[in-house]
This record gives sequence, C-alpha cells and structure tokens, in this order.
Amino acid sequence: MDRDKAVEVRGVSKSFGSYQALKSVSFDIGANEFFTMLGPSGCGKTTLLRMLAGFESPDSGAVLLNRREVTSIPPHKRRVNTVFQSYALFPHMTLEQNVAYGLENLGWERAKIRARTGEMLERVHMSAFASRKPAQLSGGQRQRVALARALAPEPEILLLDEPLSALDLKLRQAMRDELRNLQRDTGITFVFVTHDQEEALDMSDRIAVLGAGEVQQIGTPTQIYEEPVNRFVADFVGETNFLDVEVLEAQADRAVIRSALGTFEAPATKLMQKGPATLSLRPEKINLGDQAAGVITLDAKVISQNYMGGFTHYTLEAGGVTLRASRRNASRQGDLVPSGEAITIGFLPASARVLAS
Amino acid sequence: MRRLTHNLPFWGLLPAWLLMGFALILPILIIAAVSLATRGSHGGFSWDFNLSGYSQILFNEGWSGELEFTPQYLLIIGRTYLLAGLTTLICLVFALPVAWYISRQSPGMRALLVYLVTLPFWVSMILRVYAWMIILGKDGPLPRFLENFGLAPGTSFMFNDGATLVAMVYTCMPLMVLPIYASIEKLDLTLIEASHDLHGNRLTTFRRVILPLTAPGIISGAILVFVPSLGAVLEPVLMGGGKQMMMGSLIQLQFGGGRNWPFGAAIAMVLMGLVMLLLIFTALRAARRQAGMEATA
Ligand SMILES: Nc1ncnc2c1ncn2[C@@H]1O[C@H](COP(=O)(O)OP(=O)(O)OP(=O)(O)O)[C@@H](O)[C@H]1O
Ligand SMILES: [Mg+2]
Repeated sequence: MDRDKAVEVRGVSKSFGSYQALKSVSFDIGANEFFTMLGPSGCGKTTLLRMLAGFESPDSGAVLLNRREVTSIPPHKRRVNTVFQSYALFPHMTLEQNVAYGLENLGWERAKIRARTGEMLERVHMSAFASRKPAQLSGGQRQRVALARALAPEPEILLLDEPLSALDLKLRQAMRDELRNLQRDTGITFVFVTHDQEEALDMSDRIAVLGAGEVQQIGTPTQIYEEPVNRFVADFVGETNFLDVEVLEAQADRAVIRSALGTFEAPATKLMQKGPATLSLRPEKINLGDQAAGVITLDAKVISQNYMGGFTHYTLEAGGVTLRASRRNASRQGDLVPSGEAITIGFLPASARVLAS
Repeated sequence: MRRLTHNLPFWGLLPAWLLMGFALILPILIIAAVSLATRGSHGGFSWDFNLSGYSQILFNEGWSGELEFTPQYLLIIGRTYLLAGLTTLICLVFALPVAWYISRQSPGMRALLVYLVTLPFWVSMILRVYAWMIILGKDGPLPRFLENFGLAPGTSFMFNDGATLVAMVYTCMPLMVLPIYASIEKLDLTLIEASHDLHGNRLTTFRRVILPLTAPGIISGAILVFVPSLGAVLEPVLMGGGKQMMMGSLIQLQFGGGRNWPFGAAIAMVLMGLVMLLLIFTALRAARRQAGMEATA
C-alpha cells in the first residue's frame, strides 16, 4: 500500500491484572482509510481504541500516529478525537457549547469557532437544536452531535467506538451511509469499532478481525468474508457450515479434499498440511432444487426451514451431515420446500474454503 | 371510611405536620415572642412587647436611658461569619480531593472509606474536642513533636481562633465530604475523558466539566458546614478559651449567666434571619438555573 500510514500499532500488549487483553497486536492504518476493528465482546477493541486516543498505554510495544511515537503524549495533545459509545455529551452545555468546546481548548478565534460550530451542526442536520441541552434529544440526535463535536477540531484521525449500537435498525442503516459519506468528504482517517459484522462489511475499506486479544485477519471486506484465514474468522464473520475433511493433496493455495460431500479440489489457506482439516461452506453458496447448478450435486432431505422474508434458511441432511443453506425467495409462491421432502443441492468447490482445523 | 381515604393526604402528612409544628415552628414562634419581650429585673422576662432586645445589639443604654452606638456585638457577628466562612472554605479545599479519592476506589473500599469519614460522629462531640485540646495543648503531642524542629518548649496552640478553627473544620469535615462524594460518584467518568479528548487539559477539565457537574454537592456541603458553624458553641468556648465570643456563646450567655432572655432571643433571630437569607438566595439561584434550562426546551 503506497498510502501514508496514519496509525502504526507495533507489537502492542496489554494486561489487566492477570488477564491479557492484547497479545502483541500489530497493524497499520492508511491515511484516509475507513478502518474497522471487528471482534466479539471483550476481545480488546475498546482497549486498542483507547490506546490510540491516549487513555491507555501499552505494557509493551509502540503506537505511532503519523509516524510519530505517541505513547507518552497525553490525550489532549493528540490530533485525534473520539465518538464515545455513550456519546458523553456534556449535560450542562448546549449543543453549540458542546461542539465549540474542543475549538475553544485549541485556542481558535471566537468568530472562527462560531462559524465552524454552525457548519458542523449543519453538517449533521442539528442546526435547529443548537441551543438545546443534550437531555432534550433523542438517541440518534445525540449521536449526530457527538459526531459533530468530534469532527469540529479537524482531527487527523477519528475514533468511533460502536457509535451505532444504541440506535434502532432503520436509523443504524441510515447512519452507516451518513458516516461513510462523511468519511469520503472529509478524508479523515476513521477507526471504527464494532462487533456487528454486517456493519463492518458494509462500511469499511479494510477490516481487522480481532479475537482473543490477537489480530486474526486484516483485509478488505471481500477478503475477510470469502477468504477467511482460519476457523475463527469464518465463524465470526457471516454464517457458515463447517465440515470435517481430509486433505489428500495440498498446493500453494488449493487442496484436494475428501469430505462427506465428495472428493474435490477447493481453495485453501496457505501452508495446508495433508491430514484432517475443516471445510467452510457458506449457506448462500449452496444452491437448492431447480437452482441447484454446480460441479458438485447431491441428494438431500429438508429437515426444517426458517422463513426470513427475502430468504428462507433451510436445515438439510446430505451425505450424512447436517447443512444450513439459504435460498432467495424469488417468486411469491411455491418457493418453500416442506420438511421431509427430498431435494437436490449443488455448489461450486471454488466457493468453499479449506481451513486448518 | 370514604371520608378517611378522601382526606388521606391530610392524615398521611399529619405526623410530619405535628413534628414540624412542635419541634420547629412553635419553638421559633416562642423565641420570636421572647425577643420582643422585656427583660425582668431578677432574670426571666415579662410580656411587655418592645424592640429593646434588638436595639441592644447595636446600642448601649446609658445611665440616663440615652442610646449609644456600640460595635461590640456587630464585631462578634462579623467574627462569627468570618470563622464560619473560613471553616467552610478549608473544609471545601480538603473535602474535594478526599471525595475524589474515595470515588475512584472499588465499591467495597468506597463503602469502607465513607464509613471511616463518618466515624467521628460515633464519638461524643465533647470527647472529640477534648482530644484536640490535648493534642494542641501545652506538652501535647503536636507541640512536643514540633519541639524537635525548634519550637520553644512549653508552647501551647490552644485558646485562640486558630484552635477554634481546627476543631470546627474537624467536626464539620464529614458534612462537606459526604455530599461532594455523592455528586462526584454520580459523575460520568467518560465525560472527563471526553474533555481530555477534546483537547482540554486538567485545569480546563476541572473548571468546565467537573466543577459545574458537582456544584450541587459542593453547595449542599457548604450550607451543611456554614450554617452549623454560625451557631457553634462548644469549639469557641473550649478551644478558643471563650475570651473572644462568637454568636453561639453570646446567645448561650444571655440565656444563662447573663439572664437577658430577650436579648439572647433577638440575637438568635438575627442569626436565623441571616441564614434564611442565604438559603433563599441559593434556592433562588437554583430555581433560576432550572428555569433557564426549561426555557431552552
Ligand atoms: N480497566 C480495566 N480493568 C480490568 N479489565 C479490563 C479493563 N478494561 C478492559 N478490561 C478487560 O479487557 C478485555 C478487553 O476489553 P475491551 O473493553 O477492550 O473489550 P471490547 O472488545 O471493547 O468489548 P465490547 O465489545 O464488549 O465493548 C475485557 O475482558 C475486559 O474485561
Ligand atoms: Mg468496547
């Protein structure tokens, strides 16, 4: 990547008491990137973000912002601002005062502060509420003000800790687009934390999947979803079927495997060894009935189905294993296959992935 | 039955009304009446209403009945306010960091520390003041200790305003720590982080975030310390030696040895009036702030 590096995290470890929250984490974030840290609860996302903000310091390792080591620089001297998960708006100040707070601390001129504050509130459609107090706002409105407040001082890096998790579904969807646009318009590096994989896939340039205090994989959304490097990533991001298989022959990034679904060649993680392994096959890659085109086809039996509106999730039995498959409900009627019915399934081996078990 | 439930607010509040009436309002009315009465020639008083109790605060009655201005009691009132104010200020300066420290501990530790703060209340006040008399007095632990650093042997720190202040600060401290602790504990710590995040240094964060958000606790603490300090009797008498009087001792003296009940009652009314003014002022300020917040809604 020939972008400038906005953030470099180098071998950072952090323990709380005897609990190791981060185990030698390393990654870079490019300037102007929308970078997401994705992982289950307690995997150390907030801890990492707090290190970038300066509220936490690593036990070992180093954090660089714009190529400068910042470990000893206090939060108020970093050109980094945070959108807190709880918004943390100052309850005794009006929205205007909240947004102006950072600018006043930076010693901006009065006139410039007024202009910038107005501009930021306008940007998040909150101008009409400028003289209200945070208590008089809805969750979504507070979220916007928190965003305006953090963006006002023109940070080099904006940190967002699960900013959408307190919003309802519709609002969350709208805010995703708004955030994404804001990032494109401002060109500020966004470091976004979430445990919602859909959010991460939707918004990010690159995603770091964190698990158990370690970086499991870093890549574009497609890489993370289609080419997971291990079982943890395949399991955490999206839904998948895991099958026990045996690797008969391994090449650089492909492997010939024997499985309950047949013997075939499929993409594999690097350095695959002969012997037992895991096959990941995502539900939407399995085609059903008349849609069942593919190199591998099998007879299966429907065990149960969950109607989801746009899709139906089927639980099937094929070749002695249980599989989850999903099918788009393309027409209004006749799509649903009843339980107990036999059905043909098919998939392309290229859409499956062999992982070390 | 129907009437009883209909009048439930009345019956339910009856105990409160009785308590207020007999323990608060009635005594105040009696004191107010006494302050307007006339001093009897052999102690006691007679119900001849006049303002002589009040005029004695400012004027001395000469042999021939002419009134002569005397600042004596005004000075006592002034001193009382000064000492009470100093007590409040010193308590505040100490209580803020103590309350802050307690609020940063684990929940178990917090409970223990709050208990320790209130611990002096479990011992009789007289005993506590006597303890200070021993500590500060001649050959007490503190002078003895300071003799190592060149203090003249036999020095006593007792019987002056400083000693009075020490005891008043000591007895009032929990009343300041507890309300401030309560408001700091409610303070959302991410607000402090947000302030630092928005380029606020420690001073700015204290001035613009911590102070405004803990102001209610600081104000209640200040009232809880200032008001009883105005009426303090024990500390000025025992620690200050009683040479320089404060209002509390002055009132006590008039009801006791001085045998001038109307005058004592008049001073008590003045003291109470000034305290009421202070409370009304703070209440008005709070109401205005509340109104200000609602007006923006
Ligand atoms: N100040 C602290 N003291 C003790 N343990 C802590 C502290 N901060 C974090 N931890 C622990 O470190 C681990 C990582 O915490 P962190 O808050 O970074 O998780 P997270 O990935 O943000 O989780 P979530 O999605 O629930 O917010 C957790 O197990 C947490 O209990
Ligand atoms: Mg978190």
